[in-house]
Amino acid sequence: MSSSDSAFLGYPRPDGRIGVRNHVLVVPTVICSAVVAERIAASIGPVGASLPHLAGCGQIGPDLTVTHETLAAYCGHPNVGAVIVVALGCEQVIAQQLTDAARRAGKPSAVVAIQGEGGTVRATARGIEIARQMAHSLAPVNRVWCKTSSLILSVKCGGSDYTSGLASNPVVGRVADRVVDMGGAVVLGEIAEIMGAEHLLADRAASHEAATRLLRVVNRVEAEAMALGLDIRGTQPSPGNMRGGLTTIEEKSLGATHKAGERTRLEDVVGYSAPITRKGLTVMDTPGLDVESVTGMVGGGAQVVVFTTGLGTPTGNPIAPVIKITGNSRTAQSMADNIDVDVSSVMSESETLDSAADRLLSDVLAVCSGRPTAAEHLGHREFAIHRRNPTI
Amino acid sequence: MNAVLVISGRDNVATALEPLEKGRTISVRDETVLVAEPIARGHKVALRAIGKGDAVIKYGSPIGTASCDIAPGTHVHTHNLASTRGRGDLGAAAVTGASADARHQLERPTAEPVE
Repeated sequence: MSSSDSAFLGYPRPDGRIGVRNHVLVVPTVICSAVVAERIAASIGPVGASLPHLAGCGQIGPDLTVTHETLAAYCGHPNVGAVIVVALGCEQVIAQQLTDAARRAGKPSAVVAIQGEGGTVRATARGIEIARQMAHSLAPVNRVWCKTSSLILSVKCGGSDYTSGLASNPVVGRVADRVVDMGGAVVLGEIAEIMGAEHLLADRAASHEAATRLLRVVNRVEAEAMALGLDIRGTQPSPGNMRGGLTTIEEKSLGATHKAGERTRLEDVVGYSAPITRKGLTVMDTPGLDVESVTGMVGGGAQVVVFTTGLGTPTGNPIAPVIKITGNSRTAQSMADNIDVDVSSVMSESETLDSAADRLLSDVLAVCSGRPTAAEHLGHREFAIHRRNPTI
Repeated sequence: MNAVLVISGRDNVATALEPLEKGRTISVRDETVLVAEPIARGHKVALRAIGKGDAVIKYGSPIGTASCDIAPGTHVHTHNLASTRGRGDLGAAAVTGASADARHQLERPTAEPVE
């Protein structure tokens, strides 16, 4: 397959990045403005997206920085066409810095402050008025053919069982390799689920520095778990993973790491929600919790997420399509409304990994061109910013 | 479809692709193994004897340590296979296995990119 065959219909942005969706994003600066933000976003239908979150105040140090950087990253994200920031007025997160992030990416933006507008009703009404104008101005924007090299593909797994490591993750890994072959980028998170497989990724590192940073971050996460004096078993693998036949975190990790490709070189290791700037494979320092992990990788710039599951899981994202793929034929049927791609044919040996990867790549490009995912159809827009410090 | 899947030639366990009943014989490459107890779909069966303290190998890499002697054909799961990673319950002395590998990798002399 040549790169010209693999193009998709996307939205070129003034900053040179390419979007696969064109949302009006309504961002609460703080938990206190989350309800108003959600109502404003809901008033314009599926084009509207909100980021309800639990933070924005009572935070210190790295925790506040991560909140700020994650929200700013979504304001500048290529899947967003316009931004409304909903402030309360007394919080720590600074609305102006979020609209600055939107402006730097060339997007129209506005601030609605609840205290300034005079309460929930006036702020909601003002926000709806702006949202409708923004949606109206985005509607006539047409998609154009874009190259696969403009994609940052997030790879993720959740609700893993024995089929994940044998079928869905290797299929996704082959797609990851092909996206990188065509000049694109892939991001892998969930450091705890690299524990036990880090030697394989480190051996594929493009530089000694990338290998060293990977091993340092894995060792840090393991040390944090150790410092609690608890047994990591019970959360890694999860009880459901264990019922599905997975016994240890090493086993889960070895299966999980397949989804980052079989040969793609590790180019970079970045912090949570930090910009993904290198082609090839980047590892992001995210926790294993699905929604926090997807939130961070999309914040880093991933426009689309391929998410493998054995037991089935509904997770979506407010601005990025999340494509669900399973190798478990029973899950493909029992949770059909959540599953986009069934590769159980690989388990029954009626399809090769390469053939399933061809099929998945074509689905990824169709989704990037606008085809809604199961999560989008169902309104799954989960969003959670990873927190590292207590609320003060 | 085979009843079990072995991923790497180094593996000492296989994954059951369908429920395996006791007394059944499974063939893996040129070895045959008698299934000693029922194995649920997706669970692991020992292909050979694994001594207490030895590594259990899947995907060609260690997935933990046998916590007791494991006979060929028996179920390998949480009752006889223990993780060596993130085990704060065992105290600092328990940091072994892949962590040691990781330290080795950090210190390894090859500064050249791995081709």
